Amino acid sequence: MDLYEYQAKQLFGKHGLPVTAGDVCSDVDAAVAISESINGPVVVKAQVKTGGRGKAGGVKLAKDPAETREVATAILGMDIKGHTVHKVLVAHAADIAEEYYVSFLLDRANRAFLAMASVEGGVEIEEVAVNNPDALAKIRVDALVGVTPEIAREIAAAAKFDEAIQAQVADILVKLWEVMVAEDATLVEVNPLVLTPTGEVLALDGKVTIDDNAGYRQPEQAGFDDSAADDIETRAKAMGLNYVKLQGDVGIIGNGAGLVMSTLDVVAYAGEEFGNIKPANFLDIGGGASAEVMANGLDIVLNDPDVQAVFVNIFGGITSCDAVANGILQAVDQLGERVTKPIVARIDGNNAVEGRAILNNANHEFIELVDTMDAAARRVAELAAARKGA
Amino acid sequence: MAIWLNEDSKILVQGMTGSEGTKHTRRMVESGAKVVAGVTPGKAGADVDGIPVFNDVASAIAATGANVSVIFVPPKFAKGAVQEAVDAKMPLCVVITEGIPVHDSAQFYQYAVNAGTTRIIGPNCPGIISPGKSNAGIIPTDITKPGRIGLVSKSGTLTYQMMYELRDFGFSTCVGIGGDPIIGTTHIDALEAFQNDPETDAIVMIGEIGGDAEERAAAYIKEYVTKPVVGYVAGFTAPEGKTMGHAGAIVSGSSGTAAAKADALEAAGVRVGRTPSATADLMRKILT
Repeated sequence: MDLYEYQAKQLFGKHGLPVTAGDVCSDVDAAVAISESINGPVVVKAQVKTGGRGKAGGVKLAKDPAETREVATAILGMDIKGHTVHKVLVAHAADIAEEYYVSFLLDRANRAFLAMASVEGGVEIEEVAVNNPDALAKIRVDALVGVTPEIAREIAAAAKFDEAIQAQVADILVKLWEVMVAEDATLVEVNPLVLTPTGEVLALDGKVTIDDNAGYRQPEQAGFDDSAADDIETRAKAMGLNYVKLQGDVGIIGNGAGLVMSTLDVVAYAGEEFGNIKPANFLDIGGGASAEVMANGLDIVLNDPDVQAVFVNIFGGITSCDAVANGILQAVDQLGERVTKPIVARIDGNNAVEGRAILNNANHEFIELVDTMDAAARRVAELAAARKGA
Repeated sequence: MAIWLNEDSKILVQGMTGSEGTKHTRRMVESGAKVVAGVTPGKAGADVDGIPVFNDVASAIAATGANVSVIFVPPKFAKGAVQEAVDAKMPLCVVITEGIPVHDSAQFYQYAVNAGTTRIIGPNCPGIISPGKSNAGIIPTDITKPGRIGLVSKSGTLTYQMMYELRDFGFSTCVGIGGDPIIGTTHIDALEAFQNDPETDAIVMIGEIGGDAEERAAAYIKEYVTKPVVGYVAGFTAPEGKTMGHAGAIVSGSSGTAAAKADALEAAGVRVGRTPSATADLMRKILT
């Protein structure tokens, strides 16, 4: 999960990184109050999980509380690339002499971590990497060794930080690595890290991505998830389902992440023929494909108003197809009258013949069986297009 | 021959007395695999259908000569379990467990690299099967038969789907390398092993969005693989920034897209299918 800037800075502060004074709020009066407590110029920053806030007008300076009121009024509620601004961070506006960049990230290709540092911060680091690669130091971090003070000094030296501040930067790198490990992060980035005219080094903006798999040992991070309680994704998550909402018309249920991803693609290809019918969601009910999970999944997908037809695509391996077929029937039984949209099922694998016979004999008015994945995708796209047009 | 797993493999199950461990131990035994031992700390002397349980990996190896470990322990114990297997110099360690924090995976992978004695497959993978010879993990056995195709895939059910599609030809070995950001065995490792395996004639490679493993595999194929390879990539319709089930399956910016991966494979001479069935058909044409 990507964190908001204010959450990232909370974690930085918790691990002793120097950050500017400030706080987050969701209304104008609170923004003014924070501005008053800071007693100096502030920067008001939209809290949205997307880049380009500054260009969109979501980051503004205010010299006093009166101006903070004006600026916060403008920023709260604005739309930045489809994200509504619900919160602003009001922080002391530090004087800036220099802007730098430091980060640690998971390096999948080398199966380790990577430190990146540059004295050319404050801009998109991808641009520095392309236009001036020598200005970006990249150093492998061994997962077992981590970032010791010696290694931190090596990183600071490789990035050509001025010798006068190398010790300060190294100290920041050690603490930033502590954030990475202690918080189970896969990315920690400070951009810009700034030098003030008085020689202080401060983390002005931060980005942190935390590992969802580590939730069981990071109970404090539970509060970071602010997704709206009424949306489909949150309801699915509460049922323990692996669900992602997409923009489309065909509800998808399958077993195994790879097969479901593949199902989305196959439906989208087939949908090209029927006026660009697209998949409405990703839903993996797991390799086992049990009846209970199937019922929960069907409930979620059938309740999505965007969904015109549902494609249930199961490969029976560990759970054989006869069990899967019975599971589908139990699920539609449980849902009863809530089943109002056509369901195209493709089941293949162990005991496919028996499984198909079970579904055929049930002769359910909303369930249609198609033997292959490609043909089933075509059929469900056709049904969705017909209902959409009707 | 096959790769990494054959009729002489002696399997140890770490976490055998847990419900998943017991269930899949029975399935492995039914499929003809030689499961010789289980490990659950504190349960030495117990058994699962007559297979002895030991307190630790080292004593299980000493007593039974186990040379493959399959790990079913919960995420919070997985790092310890892998490192214990590495300490005992277990040659092959198959980590089935899903949901392991990536810092733990990075650490146990590095631990194994430093020791230099253990190959890790996974985590978050279905395991490895050499049909007719042995089966280490949760891959169903009765959906295909022994043959001369090698299969390497990030995804479990797509592995099964492909094994089933090409069941008339059969497979030498199928390896599910797992969908996590850090995995012990890569597409390239499997491609190299299949290229060198006299019992493998052709290779199916299945990838998905995220990272650049498929692009690097494409470069490897171009340089080193002379056997025919067909490919499939899942996730063309995945939106940017969303994790699609597998922790590693995420598109960030322009990198990691399915299109980029398919293009890289095709540029390396790999025939890429648009659907799993179309991919199987490409392989069928090569072999007939």
